[in-house]
Amino acid sequence: MLKSSTTWLLVAKRLGIALITLVIVSFAVFFATQLLPGDVAQILLGQAATPEAVAGLREAMGLNEPAILRFLHWLTGLATGDLGISYVNHMEISNLIAGRLANSLKLAGVVAALSTPVALCLGILASMWRGTLLDRTISILTIAVISVPEFMIATLAVLIFAVWLGWLPALSYGVDVDSLGAILRAYALPVITLSFVVSAQMIRMTRAAMIETINTPYVEMALLKGASRTRMVLVHALPNALGPIANAVALSLSYLVGGVIIVETVFNYPGVAKLMVDGVATRDLPLIQSCAMIFCFSYLSLTTLADMIAILSNPRLRR
Amino acid sequence: MTNKMPINWTGRDDVMIEDAIRRGASRRDMLKMLMCSGVALSAGSGILLRASDALAAEPVSGGHIKAAGWSSSTADTLDPAKASLSTDYVRCCAFYNRLTFLDEHGQIRMELADAVESEDAKTWQVKLKAGVTFHDGKSFGAADVVFSLKRHLDKSVGSKVNSIAKQMEVIEKVDDQTVKIVLAEPNADLPTILALHHFMIVAEGTTDFSKANGTGAFICETFEPGVKSVAVKNPNYFKSNKPYLDSFEYFAITDNNARVNALLSGDIVLGASLNPRSMRLLEGQPSVQTSVTTSGNYTDLNIRLDLDPGEKAGFIDGMKSLINREAIQKSALRGLAEIGNDQPVSPADRYHNPNLKPRAYDPDMAKALFKKAGVLGQKIPIVASDAATSSVDMAMIVQQAGDQIGMPFDVQRVPSDGYWSNYWLKAPIHFGNINPRPTPDILFSLLYASTAPWNESQYKSEKFDRMMIEARGALDETRRTEIYWAMQEMVANEAGTVIPAYISNVDGLSSRLKGLLPNPLGGQMGYAFAEYVWLES
Repeated sequence: MLKSSTTWLLVAKRLGIALITLVIVSFAVFFATQLLPGDVAQILLGQAATPEAVAGLREAMGLNEPAILRFLHWLTGLATGDLGISYVNHMEISNLIAGRLANSLKLAGVVAALSTPVALCLGILASMWRGTLLDRTISILTIAVISVPEFMIATLAVLIFAVWLGWLPALSYGVDVDSLGAILRAYALPVITLSFVVSAQMIRMTRAAMIETINTPYVEMALLKGASRTRMVLVHALPNALGPIANAVALSLSYLVGGVIIVETVFNYPGVAKLMVDGVATRDLPLIQSCAMIFCFSYLSLTTLADMIAILSNPRLRR
Repeated sequence: MTNKMPINWTGRDDVMIEDAIRRGASRRDMLKMLMCSGVALSAGSGILLRASDALAAEPVSGGHIKAAGWSSSTADTLDPAKASLSTDYVRCCAFYNRLTFLDEHGQIRMELADAVESEDAKTWQVKLKAGVTFHDGKSFGAADVVFSLKRHLDKSVGSKVNSIAKQMEVIEKVDDQTVKIVLAEPNADLPTILALHHFMIVAEGTTDFSKANGTGAFICETFEPGVKSVAVKNPNYFKSNKPYLDSFEYFAITDNNARVNALLSGDIVLGASLNPRSMRLLEGQPSVQTSVTTSGNYTDLNIRLDLDPGEKAGFIDGMKSLINREAIQKSALRGLAEIGNDQPVSPADRYHNPNLKPRAYDPDMAKALFKKAGVLGQKIPIVASDAATSSVDMAMIVQQAGDQIGMPFDVQRVPSDGYWSNYWLKAPIHFGNINPRPTPDILFSLLYASTAPWNESQYKSEKFDRMMIEARGALDETRRTEIYWAMQEMVANEAGTVIPAYISNVDGLSSRLKGLLPNPLGGQMGYAFAEYVWLES
């Protein structure tokens, strides 16, 4: 009973820290955006931005209020679940984000579902058969994939599969998706590209964490007692390596929500990363803040989840 | 002519020639191709061939296309007054109409107007077409025109052409089919100004631009800013037979390689504004052709007349002689440009002065002039940046030419971010980049008049200012042309702006797409292609 209440206390503490982090990040983003040259009225008018035209538009858009007040206003709105209205096109931010976020999550979900099990299996296999041909092949391939930038993988994949072979469409959005086959075809290239990038990291981290545990005396003891290699790895070593592995997986996956701007650009896939870039380019404060909150939130929830898995799987961490 | 051997000849070109033979190109076509020296020019002749094909063929109705521009963001808008990206222009051209427009020869044509007339270039009568309806069924009339034009004067709209619209002092409805416009000063260019994309006509009282209600060839079905738009044919369009397409989808692929790949794989039939570097990839592909438009975009070398060394007599003439325009056109711009003659009115403009020859590359003359100015051997800085298209490459060409005559230049490459506010118009010798403008008057009053806000070389001439005002109000075309030609000569000889070439825009299209002609208002047929193109059956 006592044990479980300390666990929950730890979890509650973690959540509290996450919330404070969100607020700090929000302020940091606000101050960063204040450093950008020009405001939304100037950007919208572009080459036509004469001082009087800018003043007129600022007035009409209600931008004369100091930026910090507008920001605090937005922050209080956020507390009630209101993300505000875009300065640029007067649409509700929630409407702007909803479709894009669904797209991003869809992509992230498919990539995660596909790459996590494969990466974990490969990482564990490599650690089990350390030093063998299998381990070396996996290691060389993962290093190769990590070293090649993602735009290169993406462009090469498009060149081979879409332009030369003509099997898959070069764009993931804007193609007709009326059947399961078509959906699979449309998602194939971005999913392959992203899976390469995230699984390579996960494979290496898993392998490293597992090898460290396998080298400990109690695992060796299990082997000496006559446990099979599989049993030694899966039953004795894996539970103890779960914490670091969960963290590695969380870090890799958190990248999938906000960090896939290159894949979104190359495949013309409308996700939230591109939305954030648009927001910055047009100095659309509510949009920038909302996107930043979403990225931060997804990152925090994944790392918090990983920490919780680590805490729950390792009784020593609860003390 | 036969000793003009092609340069950069590669396997790709062999493929192209073979392919042309397979397609049954005539001997003359082959000669045309072989004569072309250089990569891009061979592509250019291909376009000539295909363009004549396109004209000969009979338009076919029906079909759906997907086309991609290069820029799009959440700031995408269906409000013509706010249109800023090419994507906005394409959509506005599809959904709305203007009172006038420019055809492929740069001549003014009437669209929603039947006539735009004036006796004195100050008071104008605009007669409107009858029997035109908006997409929602409302009939089009003078009130819509008055509303659409007056919007540009309202500061809260944030119109891009506020400064141009300001000269319209009175805009009023005379009767249902007539609008009177009185200008502050006489301006014979009003019909051309009304052909600007921002002056599209919207229905009276429109404040919501989440959907477009225009008179245009297409009806807006979906519009998501930063994502895409879907347009379907307007069955009641006032131009008979048009549009040919049943529907078209427009979006942007910002990455050049992705746009080229999508075009090559057949996912889109039009990819706008391709980087000249990707031309090699497209050549030898029978499924893809290119359309080259040279409107008035240029990168110029600006030498300020009021600062050292530009103020020294002979220095600017020396620089003008040291510019190897052919090298700039061929290597810096990869052949996709037309050689310029140091004045801003491009060959696509009907007032372009063809008698004004570009200054020849003459290093010896330059050396003598620099000696006269007393600067020979001094290290002179030139500021270049990626912000001004190809300016770094151009600076290198100037630097090399300078090295050969003992005139060292120090090319200072500065970041794109902040270039326009920190270096442009300010450094003694720097590069600028000017977008196309529809009339010589706008170019001259923006860039060369004594009071011009962007007077790049601080050129000041009272005579020039007087000529500009006279030409602006002149309704007599011969007189106007005469003045504009003289003004171009003045700028070329006296101002400190070196305009080595007019840069072309290259659109890539599927060979199934027909009917697209270059237009002086810009690429993609002056952004209005949707209404004119058809798919080969």
